[in-house]
Amino acid sequence: MMPLAAAAASQTSTGEAVQFWILGTVAVLGALGTVLMKKSIHSALSLAGTMIILAVFYLAQGAYFLGVVQIVVYTGAIMMLFLFVVMLVGITAADSLKETLKGQRIMAAVCGFGFGILLIAGIANASLDTFAGTGAANAADGGNVQGLAHLLFTKYVWAFEITGALLITAAVGAMVLTHRERTEERRTQRELSETRVREGRQVTPLPAPGTYARHNAVDIPALLPDGTISELSVSSTLRERGQVRDVSGDAMRRLAELEQSSDRWLGRDEPRPAVGSAGRAENNDRAEEGAK
Amino acid sequence: MNPANYLYLSALLFTIGAAGVLIRRNAIVVFMCVELMLNACNLAFVTFSRLHGNLDGQVIAFFTMVVAAAEVVVGLAIIVSIFRSRHSASVDDANLMKL
Repeated sequence: MMPLAAAAASQTSTGEAVQFWILGTVAVLGALGTVLMKKSIHSALSLAGTMIILAVFYLAQGAYFLGVVQIVVYTGAIMMLFLFVVMLVGITAADSLKETLKGQRIMAAVCGFGFGILLIAGIANASLDTFAGTGAANAADGGNVQGLAHLLFTKYVWAFEITGALLITAAVGAMVLTHRERTEERRTQRELSETRVREGRQVTPLPAPGTYARHNAVDIPALLPDGTISELSVSSTLRERGQVRDVSGDAMRRLAELEQSSDRWLGRDEPRPAVGSAGRAENNDRAEEGAK
Repeated sequence: MNPANYLYLSALLFTIGAAGVLIRRNAIVVFMCVELMLNACNLAFVTFSRLHGNLDGQVIAFFTMVVAAAEVVVGLAIIVSIFRSRHSASVDDANLMKL
């Protein structure tokens, strides 16, 4: 922290200047990324980066409470809400490149450029040669948080109370907006089971994955009594992606090994009919390929 | 470095956000650009608080954050409900508002 600014200073420390130029560049890049990235999820992540850098700037300027709130509320809550909605609405919903208003993009860019020049010229004309610094203001009440609380509960208490009303309204509004009325009556369990029997496709519950197989991971199909796999026991998504691990050959091969070793133990030497036939071995190879 | 540089950065971020609101079609990204503009304002408030040596600017920035949180909740709820009814989050399909 800089020395308490009893007299107005005009320069910050060199460390802060270095931090500003490095992080400021990254912040601007993040903002540009928010605007220019094609996928909304990339935009959201760029924006989260910019917000974290702003939090660092708040901390550097003596606004300790706001710096922490910026990280907790903005990057923690708001950006995660954004990501949540992006996932809900669909990441694939890309922008259409067709312009409905002709030349809108160029006009918008020109407007933005002009607006930026206007803003920056305005700031450049203001006399901002000296600054007081937050040190004295923070120290007056014994700290930044105490100082903010003092102001919040005396000078701004009315605004603070109004804020409570705003938050309640927002919560109720969100619930009203996203609530969906059920238009048809919910189907009872009896109706569901009657439909299932009438359709006659699969009356019993579906087999669980991994039954009689090596272990019960969701991508390992259950084995039927004849050692083949049951397609019904794995999710159709996994089946379509080709991520099903077929271990049917495994169990049979292990059984054959067991029988061989017991044969050796008992001293039998007549050859048994091979259980792990060529077909099984081939099946197993395929399964191992799939596992990779 | 003079702290006024923070004001220039804030103006730059605000401008980028404003241009984004005008350029982008996806309602969620437009919303993110609005958030960027709010954040740029907050940076300006905090910097002014430092320039003047009192904490009023930080209190205002705190209120801005509260309002932004409320706004995000309602705005995203609107986006979700609109997306549900017409399977698009593009702000260009505004003529579809009359369902």
